[in-house]
Amino acid sequence: MSTTASVHEVDEILAAFAAAVRAAGVPVTMDRTAMFLRGCAIAGAGDQSAVYWTGRATLCGSLEDFDRYDSVFDAWFSGSELTSRTPRDSLQRTAQADLGDADGDPGNQEEPTWVRASASSAEVLRHRDIAVMSPGERAELAKLFAGLRFVPPLRTSRRRRGFRTGDIDARSTLRDQLRRGGEPARLRFRRRTTRPRRVVVLIDVSGSMGPYADSLLRWAHVIMTASPQRTEVFTVGTRLTRITAALRMRDGQNALEAAGHAVPDWSGGTRLGEAMQAFIDRHGQRGLARGAVVVILSDGWERGDCALLGEQMRRLHRLAHKVVWVNPHQGKLGYAPVQAGIVAALPSVDSFLAGHSMATFERALKVVADA
Amino acid sequence: MRNPCQVPLVTSVADLDDRLSQTGYLTDEGLATVAFLALAMHRPLLLEGEPGTGKTALAEGLSEALDLPLIRLQCHDGIDASQALYDWDFARQILHLRTVEATRRDGDADVVGVEKSLFDERFLLARPILRALRESPVVLLIDEIDRADDEFEAFLLEVLSTFAVTIPEYGTVTAVTPPIVVLTSNRTREVHDALKRRCLYHWIEHPALSREIEIVRRRLPDVPPVLAQQVARATSRLRARDDLVKPPGVAETLDWARAMQALGNAELDLESAAATLGAVLKYREDADRVRAALDKILAG
Repeated sequence: MSTTASVHEVDEILAAFAAAVRAAGVPVTMDRTAMFLRGCAIAGAGDQSAVYWTGRATLCGSLEDFDRYDSVFDAWFSGSELTSRTPRDSLQRTAQADLGDADGDPGNQEEPTWVRASASSAEVLRHRDIAVMSPGERAELAKLFAGLRFVPPLRTSRRRRGFRTGDIDARSTLRDQLRRGGEPARLRFRRRTTRPRRVVVLIDVSGSMGPYADSLLRWAHVIMTASPQRTEVFTVGTRLTRITAALRMRDGQNALEAAGHAVPDWSGGTRLGEAMQAFIDRHGQRGLARGAVVVILSDGWERGDCALLGEQMRRLHRLAHKVVWVNPHQGKLGYAPVQAGIVAALPSVDSFLAGHSMATFERALKVVADA
Repeated sequence: MRNPCQVPLVTSVADLDDRLSQTGYLTDEGLATVAFLALAMHRPLLLEGEPGTGKTALAEGLSEALDLPLIRLQCHDGIDASQALYDWDFARQILHLRTVEATRRDGDADVVGVEKSLFDERFLLARPILRALRESPVVLLIDEIDRADDEFEAFLLEVLSTFAVTIPEYGTVTAVTPPIVVLTSNRTREVHDALKRRCLYHWIEHPALSREIEIVRRRLPDVPPVLAQQVARATSRLRARDDLVKPPGVAETLDWARAMQALGNAELDLESAAATLGAVLKYREDADRVRAALDKILAG
């Protein structure tokens, strides 16, 4: 066999491996594959460990890709030992944080009966409790959600832009002057611009929130569509799952389905305190929650330690610009926030809102927009 | 004088590993391989990892190991091209223009010449990226890219693809040798895919205990070996706890060892550890929790 033929063969094997990594769900593009082949040629395609590290650096784009990459690598090149491999435990935690065993389903509390208002059917739908709707009514509701508009909250940016008034822009004034041959001309001004503030949505997907899950995701999708670069969405249950990427799809139904696949713990238990801790430790503290509007969509049924929840909420409050809690039971007849979880969390919450019907969801959007 | 067009030749992963360890920066196989590839393929290296795992230190280590200058660009909210790339020294340009005006005799106005002299090299303020392109071979550290915004990332993508920059009044500046680029991110924001695709990606883990002891001893040769071991062991135990707001990184281990040394303590005991805890733990909640269990952490 000639040298070129064997080189060609090695490239084919490596390219096929890259394709397998892509098939496993890692977004491997053509240029990444090309970079991988070039890297292997330099680092040594015969050295399995070198191929492993080269592939990880060229085919993967983030920490979340490593697990998929590893399993494909093991399957593809199994049979021989890889010497130095990074322990995986800390990596898995980041993508999907396991919060321990699922607790029992806390979804057995009494649902207060909802008094139906007599008005036009859309208006009725707007105020109906989503939990007691028929599938037909929910489909109708999906359309209403698609009609919701959201204007992201703004923050002052460090960037400045020319404006009629403001601080004197020396750079622009001098450049103007230069253009006139050094003759002093009129002063130019600039001022700080505004940018959309980050919104972080945490959706409780435990059993007790089951009837609302669909609507809460749609609600988060409305925010996501309005400000895709500045919105992050997580679900909390027995695990903390980042579903931002899934919800970025423009189409509501597709986004919902993608999110459904991404979340492994629908209708399980909740340990809000632990989930909040996981969120703050792994994402919030690093900057995701800093200066952001954090929205928690939960009924506040805490099966774990309420002291922990209180502590984590205080931490969150120190990091975030505003903490908004949307509770499906708030605003229903006979509801009072007396559950231990809510009591522990309330001092650290800026707005405590209802979220069980279209009208209340609209209002919650307004509160977030004005935060 | 060093040949200005040559990056010192690194022949293999082991060679680079060797050079880095001589500067006191200890790598593992993964990081050494990826760093070697970055040199060999002229690709930027995107490093992510917990704070204090040595992302910035790698750029410093590379610069020392390859005997190249380090140019650092610290990203922040609202950073733009005039802070990262270049700016014109307008005040001096105007002064120059006035001088030309005052000294010229009537009738010999050389418009083209004056214009040309206005956008002369000496009025160009080179910011880190332009400096790196001109002075390359250098190590260019773009630190905490996640703090900059999307517009800046797009701009960076352009520079990192071509290693060239066009200044309208001046011309195109192209790097003779592509600089060695290290980008770091703390993942407060996901770096854009297009930029990631240009880069080699690596996630830096906390080092194993034995390596951490080695790092302390290499970086702080004056610290007694016993103390180095005790401090590294205690920090790795702290890291293993899952109730800390901010688990300490290698940077904190080194700070702790330095603090102990500065106080003249040769061994880490209960009293000295309690006194210097502020070097490792930066949150009150963490310090309170650890103080209660300090004897267990130090035992053994």
